[in-house]
Amino acid sequence: MSDAHDPASTSTPADDEFEPVDVFGEAEEMDLRPGADNCYKCTSCDTSCPVAEVDDDFPGPKFQGPEQWRLKRKEDEGVDDSIMSCSNCMRCDNACPSSVPLSQMHNTARGEYVDEQMDKLSREYIRNRILSNYGLLARLGSKVPRLTNFAMSLGVTKKFNEKVLGITSEREFPAFAEQTFRSWWDERGGAKVESEEKRVAYFHGDYSNFNTPEVAKAMVRVFESFGYEIIVPEQRCSGTPMFANGMLDDARRAAKFNVRTFSDLVDDGYDIICTCTSCSMALRQEYPELFDFEGTAEVAASTYEAVEYLRIYEDLQGAVAESDVEYPDLAYHAPCHARNQGLDRQAVELFRDLDGVEVEDVGESCSGISGTYGWKEEKYDTSMKIGEEMFEHMEHASGSDGMTECPTCAMQMEHGTGYEIHHPMQLLEKALV
Amino acid sequence: MPIREDVLVVGGGMAGATAALSAARTGASVRLVSYRKPTFRQASGLVDLLGYVPERTDGDTSGDVEGGTDGSGSDTGGRSSGPVANPYDALSVLPDDHPYSVVGDDAVREAFDLFDEVAGDLYVGSHTDANALLPTHGGTVKPTARYPVSAAAGVASDDRSMLLVGFEGLTDFDAPLAAQHLRAAGVPFDVEGVQVRFPIRFRADAKVTRYARALDRDEEAARRRLVSRLEDHVESSGAERVGFPALLGDEQPATVREDLADRLGVDVFEVPMGPPSLPGMRLEDRLYAALDEAGVRMTTGNPVVDYEGEETDEDAGSVRINAVLVDHKNNRVPYHAEQFVLATGGLVGKGITSSRERVMEPVFDCYVPHSEDRYDWSRADAFGDHPFARFGVVPDGELRPTTADGEAQFENLRAAGGVLGGADFAAEKSGSGVSLATGHVAGRTAGESV
Repeated sequence: MSDAHDPASTSTPADDEFEPVDVFGEAEEMDLRPGADNCYKCTSCDTSCPVAEVDDDFPGPKFQGPEQWRLKRKEDEGVDDSIMSCSNCMRCDNACPSSVPLSQMHNTARGEYVDEQMDKLSREYIRNRILSNYGLLARLGSKVPRLTNFAMSLGVTKKFNEKVLGITSEREFPAFAEQTFRSWWDERGGAKVESEEKRVAYFHGDYSNFNTPEVAKAMVRVFESFGYEIIVPEQRCSGTPMFANGMLDDARRAAKFNVRTFSDLVDDGYDIICTCTSCSMALRQEYPELFDFEGTAEVAASTYEAVEYLRIYEDLQGAVAESDVEYPDLAYHAPCHARNQGLDRQAVELFRDLDGVEVEDVGESCSGISGTYGWKEEKYDTSMKIGEEMFEHMEHASGSDGMTECPTCAMQMEHGTGYEIHHPMQLLEKALV
Repeated sequence: MPIREDVLVVGGGMAGATAALSAARTGASVRLVSYRKPTFRQASGLVDLLGYVPERTDGDTSGDVEGGTDGSGSDTGGRSSGPVANPYDALSVLPDDHPYSVVGDDAVREAFDLFDEVAGDLYVGSHTDANALLPTHGGTVKPTARYPVSAAAGVASDDRSMLLVGFEGLTDFDAPLAAQHLRAAGVPFDVEGVQVRFPIRFRADAKVTRYARALDRDEEAARRRLVSRLEDHVESSGAERVGFPALLGDEQPATVREDLADRLGVDVFEVPMGPPSLPGMRLEDRLYAALDEAGVRMTTGNPVVDYEGEETDEDAGSVRINAVLVDHKNNRVPYHAEQFVLATGGLVGKGITSSRERVMEPVFDCYVPHSEDRYDWSRADAFGDHPFARFGVVPDGELRPTTADGEAQFENLRAAGGVLGGADFAAEKSGSGVSLATGHVAGRTAGESV
């Protein structure tokens, strides 16, 4: 979609007289020049950046993307360290009227900064590495969930995390579920519905496996009620926290594993379903922007967010309109990563027709947590400042509970308001199953 | 086929939003699909109808306006002629292929009535058919039909003396230069400009929204301190009104403006600015709130890339569109509807694109007339009568894009706004008005055809 995928497309010689000139000599691995040239400096990206909104020192997406790219053409110019203050919310992509691949530029710049300029023994690097590989720790922690939950909630653990690692002590670590989704799935004996035509492969990601299996189970029950055969293949983290921390080598390993697994399933007729909008964003946009393993494009083109999928292939609106539900009224927050997939209004639109629950959109503001960002001790205040508007709107909304698709947005919503936060799949399960 | 509405509008700018609203008012179910954030923030926030009637050099020259222009009699057809005083009088001299001529005067009036209703107290100008003259941030004077209430005290027909205030570091507005330009333009009042330091130190290239927010929240008593920096200038210049770049508040513009006016003891106004434009964003918020209230469903973030259609009458060659295909990050999802409105913008909005060989409309591949030789697409003179400025689809009487033979290309597709050919929006200062008028007609007729 962006010019950066395929630099050749903008410079295809149209007739014999025209010969494109390669201004910068040898082609590089990732040439973002066409994207940079599309920028006409309208600063729409800067005015939509939630970090720049609250942090006067953050130079904003226009600098992080096209301007930094130009500066770096000079020798001995490194990547500015402000790139680490970008939260990777990707709102700038959606704001740009000129299709500059801003988040792709930020991801590559961040990767380069971490690779070449960051001290691998620094506290920041070690902390970021730990945060972005949350799934590995979760794997260990969830083996003894009660013990881990107890240990993580101890003041001494929090103090250690903050002082030694730079992980904020202000937040409560999300509790590990007593049983992971995968273990529940195995115990259940896997899929209960078989179908030749309707088959989906579930990319649950780490969070709904270890922390909120109720979301994953709801997805299973809703999809089975529509007659879908579900498969839950081995998988790794989508890579979202790794992109956001510039850990591109880690991200590449995870993505490679996921692409191999899921592209085989796509070949077998499965579509890929995510319940987390950052996971679907990673598979759909970041994988093809950053990697080119065999099957990457096929995986991207077969991935959907769960509600989106049902709206496309089933009469979900009709089914919802015919049901009613007993449910607390909900203050709904659309995750930033849902926006760029065009999904920010679907939950509100869909549940408008559902009797028994009011779902109110709390507006355009970003929740501020952006995955691992709000967990960093030095970013915590920024994260909460960004979230302030959302907290206020949630409190003004009539609902006493909250709803969102993104697990870390949910953490922030809960942290800022004390509300219990639900996922649209849980409401759908209640309404339809 | 679950994603289905009566009317589907492609494009979320002024034309698309108006079309969606007018369609919804017929009782139809409506979905608005747009790719990026709408382009209101790229525009000044002034809503023009017709500011100039430029001469066309392709032989289809427009005639004279009877007493229609600013006191200059019959010398009105030429590019060098002055601004149009009464745009409604001037509509009659536009060529037949101009979008205003296609929809007719009444439709233009209806569309502006609709705009006035939605814009409410945010805009002024509906009290008269005549154009207002508004100072721009470059120091020119622009004829326009509706303007933000925040800009009202700045009209150039008012003879009260004016002080323009710019901020050091905000490069988009050089107040002394703008004042000099206004004097050169012969405005009927004294005007001076002064650059001051904003009371809060921002980094060198702070965005306009940062200034606006500081004034909204009165951070560090910014309003009082700003006023104290200006008092001497206001007194020594004897100014009866003071103009600032359009950044006086994002969420509370009226409060900020009134507070500054009270403290300064003179009227305060905003000078519309380039992107990102706060008056544009305020208008966007207002229009989208109206769409929400009208029950219009909206999907933003994915581009419409193609369509599915079927031939309904082989002899007549008529084709009906069943769905547009929306690119959900690489998978193409059909959005079904009975009627469709194309409001994707012109060359700048990418509703019209070009390669080295041809000019095209990328979604439905509608016919866009243009010379085969691309060197004929523009003129050497930068401000000349560029053919590319009028590139666009050719509508029939119902705003349906036509083929080269003049037949409607699809039974159920209408076009509105910049994607239409026949108007040079930049030279005419007619962009918003054409979007309103054609958006209104396309939306209403689409809704009525369901």
